Amino acid sequence: MPAFLRSPRAAPWLLLAPALLILAVFFLYPLGEMLARSLFDPGFTWKHYARLIEEPTYLQVLWITFEIAFSVTVCTLLLGYPLAYFLSQIRPQAAGLLMILVIVPYFTSVLVRTYAWMVLLGTEGIVNQLLRATGLIDKPLAMMYSRFGVLVGMTYILLPYMVLALYSVMRGIDTGLLRAASSLGASRTRAFWRIFAPLSMPGVAAGSLLVFILSIGFFITPALMGSQEDSMISMIIESQVETYFDWGFASALAAVLLACTLVLFLIYERVVGLNRLFEAKL
Amino acid sequence: MNGHSVGLTTRVAAIAVLVFLALPILIIFPLALSPTDYLTFPPRGVSLRWFEAVLTNADWRGSIWFSLQIAVGSTILAVLLSVLAALALVRGRFRFKQAVYALILLPMIVPNIISAIAMFFFFADKGAVFGSMPAIIIGHAVIALPIAIIILSANLQGVDGRLENAALSLGASRYTAFRRITLPLIAPGIASACIFAFLSSFDELLIAMFMAGSTAQTLPVRIWNAVLFQLDPTIAAISALLVVVSILALLAANLVARRGART
Repeated sequence: MPAFLRSPRAAPWLLLAPALLILAVFFLYPLGEMLARSLFDPGFTWKHYARLIEEPTYLQVLWITFEIAFSVTVCTLLLGYPLAYFLSQIRPQAAGLLMILVIVPYFTSVLVRTYAWMVLLGTEGIVNQLLRATGLIDKPLAMMYSRFGVLVGMTYILLPYMVLALYSVMRGIDTGLLRAASSLGASRTRAFWRIFAPLSMPGVAAGSLLVFILSIGFFITPALMGSQEDSMISMIIESQVETYFDWGFASALAAVLLACTLVLFLIYERVVGLNRLFEAKL
Repeated sequence: MNGHSVGLTTRVAAIAVLVFLALPILIIFPLALSPTDYLTFPPRGVSLRWFEAVLTNADWRGSIWFSLQIAVGSTILAVLLSVLAALALVRGRFRFKQAVYALILLPMIVPNIISAIAMFFFFADKGAVFGSMPAIIIGHAVIALPIAIIILSANLQGVDGRLENAALSLGASRYTAFRRITLPLIAPGIASACIFAFLSSFDELLIAMFMAGSTAQTLPVRIWNAVLFQLDPTIAAISALLVVVSILALLAANLVARRGART
C-alpha cells in the first residue's frame, strides 16, 4: 500500500472513497435529480404533487398499497409465527434441516416464485384442476388477477423474511422460563401466552415492519398477479415512465414512496436497530 | 427433549406452512418436464423437450449469456469496492462512521423501482457515453454493494486484528500485512460476497428493464416479457434451471462458510 495510506487518519477515507464515489455518482445524484424533477418542469412547480392530491385515483392507489401491505404483513405473521415457534423449540439440528425449506424459497428468484403461483392459481391452473377433479367446484375460480392472487403471491414471497426475523428472536428466549412456568402449574397455553408471546414481541415488531416496508415498494408480484383495481404505487410509477413518459409525475410518485419507506425505516431503526435489519435482510 | 414441548396444533400448523413454502418451488419441476404443450397435472410422462427448447433458442441463450456477463462484471466491481470499504468500516476509526454505514446501505433500503427509474433518468441522456451493458453493470453493482459490504464486514469482524498488528510490528508493510494475513483470512467472506452479489445481479429485473435496449435483454427481463403474455412450459424449464442455480449457490455459500469456520 502506498506510503500516504499509512496515515491512520487518511486511510479509512481513502479505502471508502471508491465505494462512496460510485454511490454518489450513480445512486445519490440520480436520486437527487429525480427528486428535483418532481419539482421542476422546467421551472419550479407544484403541479405534479398537486395532481397527486387532486386526482382521487392516486390517493386511492396509495391507500390500496397500504391496505395490501397491511394484509400481507398480517398473513405472513399468522403463517410465520407458528412455524418460527415450532422451529425454535425443536432440536437445533432438526431446525437447521427444516430451515432449508425457508431458505431455498428466500433465495429463489422472485420472478420464478411468482410464475409458480400464476401457474397454480390460473383459470386452467393446477389448483382449479384439482378442485374440479375432486368435484368441489364445477366452474373454475377466478383467483388470478385479483386481490386474492396478489395477497397469496406476496405473502409467499415475504414469508421467509418474517420467519427468519421471528426465529432469530425466539431462539434466544430461555426455555427454562417456560419449564419453570409449567413446574409452577401453568398449562402449556398459559405458559405460552404469559411468557413466550411477550418475549417474542421484538421479533414480531422486526418482522412486521420489515415485511410492511418491503410490501409497499413491491413491484413484480402485484404487477403480474393483480388486476387494474389492485394497482400499487410501484406499478403506477412504472407505467408513468414506460407508457405515459411523464417523468415529472413519476418522480413525484417515487418521492412519496421514498418518503414513506424512509419514515418506516426510521421507526424500524428506533424499534429494532439498523444492524438487526441488515442481518434480517440477508 | 430439548426445549418446551410443542402442542399438536402448532406442530400441524408449522408443517402445513413448510409445505406451503416448498410446494410452489417443487411444482416447477414436473411442469418443466411435462411432455404436453399445456400444463396438466399430474403430468403425462416425462420429457426434456422444454429444456431443449430453451437451451437451443438463440434469444434465451443470448439472454443467459448477457445476464452472465453483467453478473460477473457487477460482482467484480461490487466486491472490489466492498473489500476496501469493509476494511475501513471495521478496522478504521473515524468520525461519522454510523452515517457512512447508513449511506452505504441505502440502496438496500430504497425500493428497487425507485433506484431503477432514478438510474434510468440519469443514464437516459448519457446513454451514448456509457452504453447499455456498462450502465446495467454499474446499476447492479450499486444494488449488490450493501450485500457484499454486510457479508465482508461481518467476516472481517471475526478476524483478530492483533494478527495484522503482529505482522506490522514484525516489519511488514500495511499492504503485505493485508495480502499475507488479512486476505487469506477473509477469503471465505469474499467468496460468499461474490456468490450473493452474483445472485442479486442475476435476479435483478427492474434496472435492466429500464436500461436495456430492445436488442439485448437480461434473463429476468426476457422471463418478465414472456410471463406477461403466456405461461408456457419453456418458462417452467428456465425457472427450473434458475431454482437449481440458486440451490447450487446456497450449497456453495454453505460450504464456504463451513471452511471459513474451520480455519
